[in-house]
Amino acid sequence: MSKRKAVYASKMKRAVHRLFYRRHKKPGVKGWELRKALGSDYPKVLSILDEYLKPLDLQVKMVFEEEKPTSEKPTLEELDKARFYITLRGELTPKEAKMVGWRIDDLAGLAITIAYIISKKGKAPRKEVEELLREKLPGWKVGLNIDRYIRYGYITQDENEQLYLDWRTRAEVDQKALIDLILSK
Amino acid sequence: MQPKRERAKIGRERLQRVIEMCKAVEERSLDPFLVDVDEIIRVVREFFPEWEQPEDLCLDAEAINRLASVIRLQSEWVKHRSTSLYTDPFLLEEKIKRMEKEAIVEAFLGAWHPIVEFEQISLHSLKEALRYWESLPPLKDRWKEFPPPGEAGGAATREELIRLRILQDKAFTEELENFWNELKRLVGERGENGRIGYWDFVSAETYEETIHRAFMTSFLVTYGYATLEVHPLEEEIFIRPFERQQRRITKKQLVSIPIAITLEEWMKWRKGGVKA
Repeated sequence: MSKRKAVYASKMKRAVHRLFYRRHKKPGVKGWELRKALGSDYPKVLSILDEYLKPLDLQVKMVFEEEKPTSEKPTLEELDKARFYITLRGELTPKEAKMVGWRIDDLAGLAITIAYIISKKGKAPRKEVEELLREKLPGWKVGLNIDRYIRYGYITQDENEQLYLDWRTRAEVDQKALIDLILSK
Repeated sequence: MQPKRERAKIGRERLQRVIEMCKAVEERSLDPFLVDVDEIIRVVREFFPEWEQPEDLCLDAEAINRLASVIRLQSEWVKHRSTSLYTDPFLLEEKIKRMEKEAIVEAFLGAWHPIVEFEQISLHSLKEALRYWESLPPLKDRWKEFPPPGEAGGAATREELIRLRILQDKAFTEELENFWNELKRLVGERGENGRIGYWDFVSAETYEETIHRAFMTSFLVTYGYATLEVHPLEEEIFIRPFERQQRRITKKQLVSIPIAITLEEWMKWRKGGVKA
């Protein structure tokens, strides 16, 4: 193995350790942490890792938490502020979703909540979402489910009981695809 | 013609109504185009010559400020409608109501790529845990350190704090600067974005030591060696050290942030249940 290859193989291992194992309260690793651990060529390491993960149906996902970069190719400073995760590349079947620990009712409730908040420009009153969920879920479960989605980081709530999308939705859900899929059903 | 006082009263009421309406649009996510901007500007203009008192001018300024927020919302609304993510909420609501749960889940699964993460013990963390366990004094030894509750409260002098070994008998500034250096070192090692969780920094092996660290931290913040970042929604507090001591030159009102360091909170932290 050439020296260069060996360096990248070692960096890729370190990237896997950082990305797969949770170090903070939230999963994922900030770009600046990866730069510190792997060096300034960490975007290249991640792109090689992404290729390796492809056959396993996994991917390296980059999420911009603050402002999205203006150009298509983000600068190193912009990458430093982004958060990187390992996510599933493809899709789960309903059976597999159950294995991950979600009941069909809860998953449907989450889909409705996220889709409704997206359609309301990323902010919707909790009452309206609760009313919508009550159409399909038993009343006693609605509040519990919303609290659960908040706890998992899919949505967040402010002091005026307005719901917003949170970090996990940004990392896991392709928002445009979700709306398109719901409307095309 | 209406007397001047009567006209001013009507004007105040109308401005109040404008403020309330704009607030409702902002807080309840109502359609911002429900607000007739031209009409509000006409009302503000009409009554502006009547205002002489500072309170009335403030009311006028607040109405303009609220109106500006509504115009910002209108602009965001137009921007959102022009993006590919725009969907008529009514259309979507109707669609969702008609869809079966299974179909909704199927649609969601097509757009959901859950995060993969492991939470697993490693040999290294096992070794650390064993080392910690060995150095941990038995519960009966630790609990007797706490004084019985119910003592009358009061202000403690520096001498008393030295006697109680909360403060050490060395130059306070020197101690504070050592503490500051420790904060900077910990932020470098364990912090994120140049800051560290408040509890992660102040908490120590004993309750007494934790109180001492919280006490010193309050001086770090007061004397401009560090600052506190409070996130009330997440119930998280972070401490961020400054590279150099900051002198207070602004006339900005200083605020006190009370943080309870109760025995219960400390115990919770020990069990890993307290947020930063």
